Amino acid sequence: MIYLYLFITFFEIGVFGFGGGYGMLSLIQNETVEHWHWLTSSQFTDIVAVSQMTPGPIGINSATYCGYTAVINAGGSVPMAMLGSAVATFALVLPSLVLMVLISKMFLKYMHTVGVQSVFAGLRPAVVGLLAAATLLLCTKDNFSAPSENMWQFCISIMLFVATFVGTLFFKINPIKMILMSGFAGLLLLY
Amino acid sequence: MNIYLESFKTFFKIGMFTLGGGYAMIPIIESEVVEKHKWVSKEEFLDLIAIAQSCPGVFAINISTFIGYKLRKVRGAISCTLGTALPSFLIILLIAMFFHQFQDNAIVASIFRGIRPAVVALIAVPTFNLAKSAQLTWTTAWIPVVGALAIWALGVSPIIIILAAGLFGWMYGTLIKPTE
Repeated sequence: MIYLYLFITFFEIGVFGFGGGYGMLSLIQNETVEHWHWLTSSQFTDIVAVSQMTPGPIGINSATYCGYTAVINAGGSVPMAMLGSAVATFALVLPSLVLMVLISKMFLKYMHTVGVQSVFAGLRPAVVGLLAAATLLLCTKDNFSAPSENMWQFCISIMLFVATFVGTLFFKINPIKMILMSGFAGLLLLY
Repeated sequence: MNIYLESFKTFFKIGMFTLGGGYAMIPIIESEVVEKHKWVSKEEFLDLIAIAQSCPGVFAINISTFIGYKLRKVRGAISCTLGTALPSFLIILLIAMFFHQFQDNAIVASIFRGIRPAVVALIAVPTFNLAKSAQLTWTTAWIPVVGALAIWALGVSPIIIILAAGLFGWMYGTLIKPTE
């Protein structure tokens, strides 16, 4: 049954995933963590970290990883989990495949009409909101700890958040480098 | 060489060796597809990027489907798409299998405690970059704010927000704006 739900969920994400990999993250997070509880918030964050550090599109990487982890968390074996990741990845790619073929076949001439452009004009600011929501939803105890739980870890977490934010937004430091440095800081300070 | 095999190999290489997601792939796809193999012209490639960007789905998959379809219709689209998706799929599968055995290890756990806040920041950054490229004005800036609050505080599904934004965009652009 979980395969059917994985298929439907990732198909939906493929249909409504505007704004590239990061835009898609808020949909993946909402469906897999908030709605289905296939993953915990920190598992989701780990998946994004791994997707960021490995080659390939982030959307494909996280679909593969989510499919695998969802089946493992539901008590499935490794081969079952491999099937789960195949189902999630296939379901994510399918809408793109169909839509792009349709567009190149017949809708190319409609892409520049007022109607289609107006839809995109409405979507653009909304996708910004989606990303902001993904960020807010990930600001959890799972990812940052809490002052009441572990003051030390909480402060280090906030510092690493600010450092990474400033480093990538203003100093254009490579995200992979920031992840590696934060991992090293975690090993030194949070072991 | 067989064109299916050749396009599959080209996109497999692209998927295998590009770090940093879809946008980092553009220059590499361009050099392979436009300059080396001459499957599409430079102008076609720019159009195709604009369309792939505005459509839903994984950006790199959209591009490879487009190019594949142009080469050899549906079968070409499938071989290019498979080429792009397969390396990611295999690499992540290996990591997932490996990681599940080590995630309770104290060293791995401490490394990920440091990585998690950084990743949240990495998701926050494109929010601002995207806001810049969406050219928000005082009349549209409320849309992302309301959307984010609806999802975060009220638990509204992002899909509802997408549908509403598309619908209102269409209504505004075709019904209200022409009469202004």
